[in-house]
Amino acid sequence: MSSVLPRLKRLVFEHLDLPLLLIIAPLMAIGLLTVYSATYDVSNRAFGQLVNMSVGIVVMWGVARVHPQHLMRFALPLYLVGVFLLTLVFFAGVRVNGAQRWLSLGFMRCQPSELLKIATPMALAWYFQKYETAIKIRHYALAFLMVLVPFALIAKQPDLGTSILVGAAGVYVIFFAGLPWKFIVGTLVVAVAASPFVWPLLHEFQRKRVLILLDPTIDPFGAGYHIIQSTIAIGSGGGFGKGWLQGTQTHLEFIPERHTDFIFAVFSEEYGFLGAGVLILLYLLLIARCLMITINASTLFARLLGGAITLSFFTCAFVNIGMVSGVLPVVGVPLPFMSYGGTALVTLFCSLGIMMSIQTHRMLLKK
Amino acid sequence: MRQFIAQRLLSRRLTNIQTAEIDRFRFRVKCATAFVLLGFVLLLSRLVYLQIARNDYYSTRAEDNRISLIPILPSRGTILDRNGEVLARNYSAFTLEITPALVENLEETIAELEKLVEIQPKDKRRFQRLVNEGRPFDSQPIRIRLTDEEIALFTVNRYRFHGVEVKARLFRHYPFGATASHVLGYLNRVNKADLEMIDEKEQSANYKGTSHIGKTGIEKAYEFHLHGETGYEEVEIDANGHPVRRLSSTPPVAGSDLTLTLDIRLQEVAEKAFGKRRGALVAIDPSTGEVLAFVSMPTFDLNLFDDGISQENWDRLNNSPDRPMINRVLNATYPPGSTFKPFMALAGLESGKRTPEYSFHDTGSFTIAGHTFRDQKKDGHGHVDLYKSIVQSCDTYYYVLANEMGIDSIVRFMGRIGFGQRTGIDVEGESEGILPSPEWKRRRFRRYELQRWFAGDTVSIGIGQGYNAYTPIQIAQAVAVLANDGALYRPRLVKDISDNRAGVKKSVEPELVRTMGWRQKNVDTVKRAMAGVNREGTAARAFLNAEYTSGGKTGTAQTFSLRGGDYRASRLREELRDHALYIAFAPEDKPRIALAVLVENSGFGGQSAAPLARKVLDHFFSARSDAPPVVSGTRAARGEL
Repeated sequence: MSSVLPRLKRLVFEHLDLPLLLIIAPLMAIGLLTVYSATYDVSNRAFGQLVNMSVGIVVMWGVARVHPQHLMRFALPLYLVGVFLLTLVFFAGVRVNGAQRWLSLGFMRCQPSELLKIATPMALAWYFQKYETAIKIRHYALAFLMVLVPFALIAKQPDLGTSILVGAAGVYVIFFAGLPWKFIVGTLVVAVAASPFVWPLLHEFQRKRVLILLDPTIDPFGAGYHIIQSTIAIGSGGGFGKGWLQGTQTHLEFIPERHTDFIFAVFSEEYGFLGAGVLILLYLLLIARCLMITINASTLFARLLGGAITLSFFTCAFVNIGMVSGVLPVVGVPLPFMSYGGTALVTLFCSLGIMMSIQTHRMLLKK
Repeated sequence: MRQFIAQRLLSRRLTNIQTAEIDRFRFRVKCATAFVLLGFVLLLSRLVYLQIARNDYYSTRAEDNRISLIPILPSRGTILDRNGEVLARNYSAFTLEITPALVENLEETIAELEKLVEIQPKDKRRFQRLVNEGRPFDSQPIRIRLTDEEIALFTVNRYRFHGVEVKARLFRHYPFGATASHVLGYLNRVNKADLEMIDEKEQSANYKGTSHIGKTGIEKAYEFHLHGETGYEEVEIDANGHPVRRLSSTPPVAGSDLTLTLDIRLQEVAEKAFGKRRGALVAIDPSTGEVLAFVSMPTFDLNLFDDGISQENWDRLNNSPDRPMINRVLNATYPPGSTFKPFMALAGLESGKRTPEYSFHDTGSFTIAGHTFRDQKKDGHGHVDLYKSIVQSCDTYYYVLANEMGIDSIVRFMGRIGFGQRTGIDVEGESEGILPSPEWKRRRFRRYELQRWFAGDTVSIGIGQGYNAYTPIQIAQAVAVLANDGALYRPRLVKDISDNRAGVKKSVEPELVRTMGWRQKNVDTVKRAMAGVNREGTAARAFLNAEYTSGGKTGTAQTFSLRGGDYRASRLREELRDHALYIAFAPEDKPRIALAVLVENSGFGGQSAAPLARKVLDHFFSARSDAPPVVSGTRAARGEL
């Protein structure tokens, strides 16, 4: 009996990272409060979000127990399955709200693009690990191709937000793998130069979003409306906010998508600059802790995957807050821990599980 | 051994490469850290800008979003006649209204609505016109005066009609319909010119939500009294514009009620007396300037305007050859004809050129500068003194008098009575008329030979012909001055204004414009002569057996110059026939009413205008103490709204 409790304790906590837990706990609390505020006067989603988080934590716990070496074995198959499913979506996906993102499994619909958020950096990290110490330019080239395929397939759905996240995660791996600076600078230059040619390839509504960002008043009752109303919400929050459940922009339904993509507007209307600052600080701590884990990781695979996941957290937060506060175009990127939505949360906790796995299996490997 | 060394070397090299790789990786992590920090600094600075620097601006925007001021329209003041009869009032009715901006397909929506409520082509036309005139977010009525069943039917189906609502609107109703339409005036949609006027008067805030405004008559002249003060309801609205809760409200203040000087029964009698004839009649209380009757014929039904006049009706009113929309009392000018003679007589007496006893032999014509002016009576009136000149309307007497007085002294005298000048009555748009003088002629004509003033011009004016042209209100005012022994009170239509906010009824005091300073015996002489007209002169038949004393003067105004020919009314087209005029006051001592009648194209004043005046005066004197107010036909037909 006396040995059961310590064993149980060990089973639960063995592979969890306490600093990370201490950082994500307040993030989850803030997220739940905000989802409650954003939805309680229509149909309360806070409980649903709590369930999502619980599922996420279990996933995180499970993933954390898997040794990175084992994860690596799954990397390529996961990636290939993901790309296969994306291709299926492309030909036989279910169209929802004009975007073909879903694959119907009969009893449920799944969104393969979510899988690629993790599978892509994993596959790339595996690939570079395979050629450790002997990475050549052609490896980088192939790596780019591996990023481009899911990126293009997702962008075509169209789901610009997820494709940016997938693409960014892949590019981060390539960056950490040591892509020479001349190529990085060169790519940036080419990207800037190519943007006029990409422009006509964008969907009409995507182009419109970029234009509206430059001047939201060109369409004050259409797409510009979202940006106008969310900046009003953020700006009117002021230094200390209007208080929980007191946001007029929120509760009078001026903020669109207020429990999902635009939840930051709800949060900063009610908690002001102070709240937004605390939130950003928590993100910064999360990223700092993850970078520490990354830097101490024992294999190249772990380092590359850890670095890419860490920067993906940043990308998510940055793109979302940037779009809600009106400095980036509106793309569907959820705010980590805040936005309502099961799939994205599970992916997020899965990423955290990987980080914890990297951290907690480091010692074992050294032994 | 060599193998071992080679292995050690290789492993060291590998370790070196790995170490180099790790160093590079660490540097890249530092770069990534810088990237992350830069990103968050960027976001934070954006938040500082939004939440700290521009917090005031966005707070205001949020408040503006949140709070909507909904104007609550005041009810427009009612208009009563001098005896308290209601001339204009409001009633509220339910309308079915569409906000075009909220409706995707207007035609489809209307087609769907038609299945629920009756919508006539004229409703659609009116709606279309209102939509074209208005802004897309103004809600416009597609149907007016919904029945209870229709309201119920629509309410059940309301969820199907985004942007369609049942609203209660106030409508203006004129119980007497077409009676006194020119005095009361009508309301119509606020147009651009109105908006400018409202802005100029700094009433813009008060007119938020006001859709209709007085366009003519009292409704226009007293617009700002009648309108009242718009109230406001401050409501919190959601993003769809639906009110969530009421924050505060300021009740509206109803517009002031106006009591007119008009006697609507007298007005009715007068209008009825005109029948189908065109013309004007003004009756004034000479001692105060109060206008008792103000008739411009034909009239039009004011209730055509209550929900926006239809195009057909508007065209019909404006294109009618009878020109019902013209306010003849204020805007039509006529030569006064022989009704001018009493004033000429008084001018002669006052100037000393004539005495009551002065008499001369009329041979039937007067010649000056080679031009002969004929009397209506071919062989003349024989010996004519002042009394006879008025009673028999002798032209020659006045040819000679005018010639002797000269145009300047005539103009001075007549100008003081108000001929050729706006009376300043309290409704807008009055015409000035023409009191001709050499100076006027110089201004009026461009060619030199037309600019010259001839002695003959003066002679014509002596009998009220020639260039002079006065509005009926000016002629009536002149009669009132004469009747009131030279004290000129400004004619006016509003007797009191009861301010609903202050709760006080304010009487409009009579305004004495000026006193002529005439010698009483001269005035009495002229009045006696005018009494003679009704007793034994040109209006004697019209006033046979009248139960009151009165003075009058008939007149005929030429509209068409017959050079040398005989005037035969039956041979002329109607619109070329002479206008019949008649002026009167009664009773002879201390007159209580002075009036001027003009009947267009109906010949001699004694035949058509004087009998009309008789009816009005009969009513005035018989019905002084009358009569329980009778509900008029139009009111009864509409029910008590």
